[in-house]
Formats: sequence, C-alpha cells, structure tokens
Amino acid sequence: MEYFIELFFSGLTRGAIYALIALGYTMVYGIIGLINFAHGEIYMIGAFTSFVVATVLSIYGFPLLSIILLAGLAAAVWSASYGYTVEKIAYRPLRHAPRLSALISAIGMSIFLQNYVLLAQSPDFQPFPELIPDFEFMEPFAHVVGSSDVVILLTTALVMVGLTLLIKFSRLGKAMRATAQDRTMAMLVGIDVNKIISMTFIIGSSLAAIGGMLIASHIGQINFFIGFIAGIKAFTAAVLGGIGSIPGAVLGGFVLGLTESFATGYVSSDYEDVFAFSLLVLILIFKPAGLLGREAAEKV
Amino acid sequence: MKKRVLQKLAAGALCLGLAAPTFAADTIKLGVAGAHSGDLASYGLPSVNAAKLVVEQINASGGIDGKMVELLIEDDVCKPEVATNTATKLISDGVNVVMGHICSGATKAALPIYNNAGVVVMSPSATNPELTQSGDYPNFYRTIASDDAQARTEVDFALNVLGLTKIAVIHDKGDYGKGLAEFAKAFLEKSGKAEVVLFEGVTPGAVDYSAVVQKIKRSGAEAVIFGGYHPEASKIITQMRKKRLDTIFISDDGVKDDTFIKVAGKYAEGVYATGPKDTSSNPLSKKAVEAHKAKFGTDPGAFYENAYSATLALLNAVDKAGSTEMAAVREALQNNDVETPVGTIHFDKMGDAVGVGFAMYQVKDGQYVEVK
Amino acid sequence: MFSLEQLKKSLLVSLWFAFLTFPLLVIKVDPIQRTVLWRWENMVLVAIGSFLVSLLVRVFNQHQERRRERRAAGGIAEREPLIQVILREPKYLYPLSAAVLLCSLIFPHLVSTYQTNILITALMYVMLGLGLNIVVGLAGLLDLGYVAFYAVGAYSYALLNYHFDVGFWMALPIGALLAAMFGVLLGFPVLRLRGDYLAIVTLGFGEIIRLILENWNEFSQGPSGISNIPRPGFFGVELSLESAILYLYYIMIAMVIFTIFVVNRLQDSRIGRAWVALREDEIACQAMGIDKRKTKLTAFALGATWAGMVGVIFAAKTTFINPASFTFLESAIILCIVVLGGMGSIFGVIVGALVLILLPEYLRALSDYRMLAFGAVLVTMMIFRPQGVVANIRRSYQFRANPDGEGQ
Repeated sequence: MEYFIELFFSGLTRGAIYALIALGYTMVYGIIGLINFAHGEIYMIGAFTSFVVATVLSIYGFPLLSIILLAGLAAAVWSASYGYTVEKIAYRPLRHAPRLSALISAIGMSIFLQNYVLLAQSPDFQPFPELIPDFEFMEPFAHVVGSSDVVILLTTALVMVGLTLLIKFSRLGKAMRATAQDRTMAMLVGIDVNKIISMTFIIGSSLAAIGGMLIASHIGQINFFIGFIAGIKAFTAAVLGGIGSIPGAVLGGFVLGLTESFATGYVSSDYEDVFAFSLLVLILIFKPAGLLGREAAEKV
Repeated sequence: MKKRVLQKLAAGALCLGLAAPTFAADTIKLGVAGAHSGDLASYGLPSVNAAKLVVEQINASGGIDGKMVELLIEDDVCKPEVATNTATKLISDGVNVVMGHICSGATKAALPIYNNAGVVVMSPSATNPELTQSGDYPNFYRTIASDDAQARTEVDFALNVLGLTKIAVIHDKGDYGKGLAEFAKAFLEKSGKAEVVLFEGVTPGAVDYSAVVQKIKRSGAEAVIFGGYHPEASKIITQMRKKRLDTIFISDDGVKDDTFIKVAGKYAEGVYATGPKDTSSNPLSKKAVEAHKAKFGTDPGAFYENAYSATLALLNAVDKAGSTEMAAVREALQNNDVETPVGTIHFDKMGDAVGVGFAMYQVKDGQYVEVK
Repeated sequence: MFSLEQLKKSLLVSLWFAFLTFPLLVIKVDPIQRTVLWRWENMVLVAIGSFLVSLLVRVFNQHQERRRERRAAGGIAEREPLIQVILREPKYLYPLSAAVLLCSLIFPHLVSTYQTNILITALMYVMLGLGLNIVVGLAGLLDLGYVAFYAVGAYSYALLNYHFDVGFWMALPIGALLAAMFGVLLGFPVLRLRGDYLAIVTLGFGEIIRLILENWNEFSQGPSGISNIPRPGFFGVELSLESAILYLYYIMIAMVIFTIFVVNRLQDSRIGRAWVALREDEIACQAMGIDKRKTKLTAFALGATWAGMVGVIFAAKTTFINPASFTFLESAIILCIVVLGGMGSIFGVIVGALVLILLPEYLRALSDYRMLAFGAVLVTMMIFRPQGVVANIRRSYQFRANPDGEGQ
C-alpha cells in the first residue's frame, strides 16, 4: 500500500508539471488552432531565466524567500515576453496561411530557441540552486513525498484555480472564450482579437515558466534540451484531455503522469512511454476528441 | 530553344567544376573526427584540442621524416549516418590516419569506409567491446579499455570489496549504458554471489525519475550499478537522496566527470565510479594538461588524455613504419611501445591497448579520489 | 528613404530585443565558482542587429506594398512565375528534365566521393519527401510519425540479412511491403481521428516503434544496433568503396525517377483525385460515393511503402543502424521538406529536400551556428513564402476574351 501511495505521489508531481505546460498548448490551440511546438522551448527558457536570476541573487546574498519570488517573477515575465515575441514574429504573419506552414514555422522556432540557449549559455548541464528547502514538519513523510513535491502540487492547484476564475469571470476571460469560439464573430462585436491572442500566449508562457522553475529546482539540474521531451509529453496530455479544453489539459496531465508512474512501478520503466502513447491511442479510439473535448458538430 | 538548354548545361557544368577536389602538397594528414557540435560536443571537443597540441609539438620539431602533419577536423555529431559522410569526406580529402570517432555507434558506421581505403583509426573513447573483439574491424585501435573490462571492475568491486549481495542494475537505454549494464548483470549472475534484484532502463531526459527511485527502494537493493552518462546519474542520485534512500551508487566513466559532481553537488558525495587508471603522477600527463592550460586557458575535458595518447601513438607508429600503409602502421602499433600520458602502451592484435585499464574512484569532498 | 516614424519603430524593436535577450545573452553565471559574467557587448550587438533587421523588413514590406498598389491601380494581373510556366509547358519541361538528368548522371564523375555521398542522402530525402507528400500533401493527413516506416524498412533489411542472409534486391520489396502493412496497421485505429488528433497519434506511433527497437534486445539488438549490413550487390561482384557509392548513387537516381513517375501517375489517377477531394472536404467526398476508409488506408499504405524502400537503402548505405537514427526530429525534417518545398507539388518537394539536406551539410562552415541558422531559415521561409518554394497550382482552365470579342 505504501508503495502504491509513493507511486501515486510521483505520478501526481509529474502530472502537475505536464498540466502546467499543457495549459499553454491547449489555450493556444483553442484560440488559433495551432500546435505551438515552440511551447516546450518557452518552458525551458523560463527555467533557464529563473536559473540565471536565482544564481545571481544567491551570489549577491539575497535571502531565500526573495530569491524564490524574484526568480519566479523573472521567469514568468521573460517567458511571457518570449511567447509574445514568438507569436508576433513567427505565427501572426501566417494566420491566414495554410495550417501546416504555421506548424513548420513553430518547429523552426523551436530549433532556433534551443540553439539560441545552447550558444548563449552552455551545452552542459547546470546545477539548479535548491530553492525549496526541506521543511521540518515534512521529515516523517520525506521518504514518500518530498517538500518540493508538495510545493509543486500546491502551486499547480493555486494556478489552476486562478486560471479558471480568470477565464470564467474576468472580461479578458470572456473575450478569450469568445475568440476561441468564433474569431470573426468576436472581431465583429468589438474584441481586439490580436490583443487577445497575444494575451493567450503571455498567460500560457508564464504558466510554463512557473512549471519550468519548479521542476528544475525539484530535480536540481537544467540544460537547453529539457523542453523537448516535456513539450511532447505535455502536448500528449493536452490531446488526451481534449485539446482546447482547459480542465481537459489538467486532467490529461494528471492521467498521463499517473499512467507513467504506475507503468514504471508495476511493469517496467523500459516501456513507460509505450504505455503513455498506447493509452493515448486507446482513449482516442473510444473518444476521438479526448476525455473532456467536445465533439464539434460537422457543419455542411 | 536549344541554345537555352545549352546555356543551362554550361552553367551547370561550371558550377560543378568548382566543387572538384584539390590535392595538397606532401604532408601526413591526420583526421580528427567526432562530435564537435550538438549535445555531445563536450565529449568530442577535448580530442580536437589534444590533436592540435600534439601536432603543433611534432611540427615544431621538424615533423615526421621531414613531412609536416596536417590536421583535418570533421564533425560527426555522434550520429552513424553523419559519420559515414564524415568518413567519406576525410577520405576524399586524402586522409592518412584518423584519430576518432568519439561514440561507438558512429565509429562502427565509419570503420568499414576507412578500412576500404586502408586507413588506420584510433579512438580515444569508443568503448563498445564488439569494436575490437568481433574481429570485423582490423583497422581499429583504441586507447581506452572496453565496456566489459569496466563492468568487470564494477562488479568485482561491488562483490569483493563491498561484499554486497543484492544489486539493482539501472541503465539509460543507450548504446553505451545498456551495453555496460548487460555485462554487469551477466557477471553478477555468473558469480553466484549476488542477486540482481532489478534490471531497468530509464528514459533519458524524462521529467523526473521518482517512480524508478521508489522501485529501487522496494527492490531492497543494497547498491545500484548504473550504466549511462552523468545527466541521468545526477538526476537519479539527487532524487534517491531526497527520498532518504542511502543505497550505494556505483557507476561508470560516463559519470566520472567533474560535471557530475558540479551538478549533483552535495548528493554526489560517496558515489563510486570507474574511470581510466589515475595517471596524474605520470610526467607526460602533467605536461599534456599544462600545455592545454597554457594554450586554451582552461582545464582539459573528457577523454583529453586518451585523445592525446591516441594522437601520439598513431603518429609514432607512422614514424616507425616509415609509411602510412595500413599493414605497416598496424605492425608498428603492435610491436612498438610508446610513452603516452596514459602510460607506456602498445596494442594487441585485436586493437585494444595493453597497459590501460580501469580503477575505482569515489567522490570525497567534491572530488574523485581513487579507491585503493 | 526612412521616415522618422520608421526609425522610431525600429528603435523600439531593438530596445525590446535588448530586454528580451538580457538574462540569457548578457548574464552568464558559474554556479560552482559563484561568479557572474556580465557580457554587455552582446546586448549592444543584439540591439544594433535587431535595429537593422527591423529596418530592412520594414523597407521590404513597404516595397511590396507599393508594388501591390501599383498593380492594383494599373490593373496588371499577377505575372505567372517562370517556374510554373516551365512545369506546365512540355516544350520547356522535357528538354530541361533531360538536361538535369544528364547533369546528374555525369555529376559523380566531376566531384569527390564525399559530394556524391551527400547527394545520395539528399536523394533519399527526396524519396521520403515524395512519399510523405502522398499522405500529407495529397490526402491532407498530418503524419508526424513517418520515420516509423523508415525504421521498419531499415530494420527489415538489417534483420533479414542478419538471420537469413537476404540480399538488398530481395529486401527492397519486402521492406516496402512490411512498411505498407504497418501503414495499414496504423491507419485502422486512426481512421476516425482528424487533424491534430491524428498528428499526435502518429507521433506516438513513431515513438512506440523506436522504443520497441530500443528495448527489445532479443529482436533488434537494442540500442547498440546492427552493423556490417552489406551494400547493394552488383551481380555478385565485390565492389570497392568508391564504386559501391557510385553504384548506390545510380540506384538512387533510378529510384527517384521511378518515384516521380509513379507519384505523378498516382496524382492523376482515380485514387489521387479521391485523395485531393478528401483533403478538401471529407463530407462532400463521402456524398460523392468515395469510400473514405479505403482511400485513407491506401494513402497511409502507399506513403509508408516509400519510407520502407528508403529505409532499406538507408541501411545499405550506412551499413550500420541503431534506433537513434529514427527520432521524432527526423519526422519533423521530412515534414519540413514537404511543406517548405510546396505541399502537393513534386518539383517543390525535390527542391525542399535538396535545400534542407544540403543546407546543413554546406553550413558546416558556420559550425556552432549551423542549427541556429537552420531554425531561422525555416521560420523566415514560412513567413515570406507560406505556400512553399514551389506552390502547387491546380490545373485550371481560363477563358480570356479576345480583342475581337471571341472566346478563346
């Protein structure tokens, strides 16, 4: 039983990170129908920015709490700026072009950003400062679930609630939903669609950045390539949950994380990804629009 | 109409003509091939520096039989399909001997091409046992011991020195890591002294490894033997220690790298790793490291000494043989001892260096110290 | 020539980029030595660089805008690009293709083996691109796991040769057939999926194939791969390396011509028309009585066939294969070839393959900046030519009024 709980928590932590990244995919997809392949790279840039900022601050002797807040803020701000710029340079000119052209542009952007960080920083793995200390009161449970797992889960929960409220009740959220439903119609009722799309990228990117910082501090290392696999997994999670649906992305993230964790624990980690992708295929066969995706009625 | 076609043809022929190869004057051409860009560049670039230093030194003292040594440096990104292009490029450029490639897969793909052209190849870092033991690659030599020798060292250490009985074998599913792990598993099972309680591969680059760590814990292993490179090793060890698991960690020379200690930090303490025998007391090795610091201003990286030794051994053999013919160079490599930073070595018939081997190291106070 | 407004905007852009690249390009930390390096010179470079690029783009856009206006005002129709004229008119196309063919036949005798070798790789990607073009370009099914079929082909030759000593020429059709079977296998479960759901499932399929090859040692020898795969035999004659490469080159030329011929015929066939119709509108297609299931499956199977064949050639060319050669990035590159060249256009795919494969090879001079440039080229190409280098223009018939009023 203890083993089960341990695996459950490993899966939850992993799932939380997938969910944070998947939100960016799903929001962008919902609004402009593009698989933003560069999103994994935005996550990596967020993690790297927080690495640079946290290390600089710790060298200059700032207290831990301020380091966490400032590094998190910097990660979110810069990732959001990168997301905004990427959209403006690589996707906006292609909004009316064939869908695949935008996809290729996204793949190109992903390769570019990866190599940009490789050249600007370092090809080697870097040690990420331990931002989350081991809490005293967590000690009895430390062998099952660590302090950083708890912080990751709490932050994710907080972010989800915040995002849901934002989408549901704020003016911006309403405009985003309207744009996702019908871009032309939204434009006609006076929504600045370009601004809403930019905002989507900004929000999605900062969520990914927070995920990036949390996970990098959890595993204690970082390099320019971390965005690739995380990005593909998060994208899988988004599709699993029903791409375009925000609760779907969260659910998909957790389902994927737990599947991988249990597959590793009870079968073998040799085939952990095979399980993840097989689950995806199975779910899509029975629910072609994902777990929570709505099947769009075909208009003729 | 016809005229236009002719024009096009003429233009085409002209641009093709420009690409024709050129042949240089009488020099000995030493190819240096390996990963010089991409994510494995940190394993390949030190060998380029080593070759540059050795060649500079030899040319300064008059070259070999009056012939200057010329370097041809080509990147293979550690990919087999690129390595074949790299090899044909080197051969087209008239290479005489090659120091490289860095990764075993790339080396395997490139060797038949060199063999066909009668070029001897010496790798500083390709450790796959098949390369020498299969007998398929008569032109291949290396200045590093093979994976099975390394697995042997690890297993002997775990059984005889530490006296362990339950061991988990973990690998990174890669060419190098999985090969090593399989040897370790086979040796452990054959010895009958210890039980392999877990044999698993982890996915390189996965977001985290806590599920595998829990599995190691449940298996009740006293030690983990890990086959793979340092990024995965540091991730696993960090998560193991964070989950309050103080299982002994034994790994390979992919982990015996200072980057591992840097990244894993305090969690690296106490980790065992095999690596080439300590040569820091060897005067030639000191000289080589000093030369690197003087010229490039940094400490040399992975496989630097092996690359330095390989370059020395190759050029020495060319000197002794008085030619670059494959048979003559092979003969010279097998029959002459040469002083190198990794010790005084010659090569056996299969291509392995006699006189290089592995020793066990442990991280103590943030440094690898040889376990006596 | 620049207005003040433009300069101001470009200045803002350059400030923005200076801000954007600040943490990663300016600061460099060493967490072990605990030192910080401030590389302010990079910020200056970025600012100047982005200022110039932004000005250039602005001028270019203005120029385009003016040309468009002039055209609209003068009522001048867009001139048909030369390349389209050539592709349409047999009297240009045939002699030109003959010239290209002749050129490619004598090419290896003019250059070094290395150049020939690279060209073989490029030709392999031409075939892969043309194969994927059937699935993506014609049938409109986004396949991100195309490399799986490539792996099936490569491994079927390697394993058949290893166990049963099957030769290259025997393995070629077997590999193609096996790949086609896998194509159908993948096709069945995903028939109901559309668009991007299809994309992720195919991506997953590609990964699953690679992971199985990596983990199932007894079957595929795992990550250490299979070595000593023989090159194509020439009636039992032992060939030297140079002649083997030359031979392979001519095989590739023949294969590419064969592929072009077949794909061209397919396009104009009943099934080809059905693919295009399916791409344009699935429902209308079904209403017209086209069997959606059969049409999609043939697209997958035929696309996979080509990947299987190239896989066999790949194994024969490198003589060594391991699962690391069949990653997602490979699928992405092949997809880039198809889209960059111009979806659905055969000539476009050929151009795309040559550009994308030869570019990194000749960009070697840029060494470290090679992949950076590659990414930037992809983005730039898409922005300025989203329809690809050679757009596929569907045959259309126009009636133009003559001055004397008769239709022509």
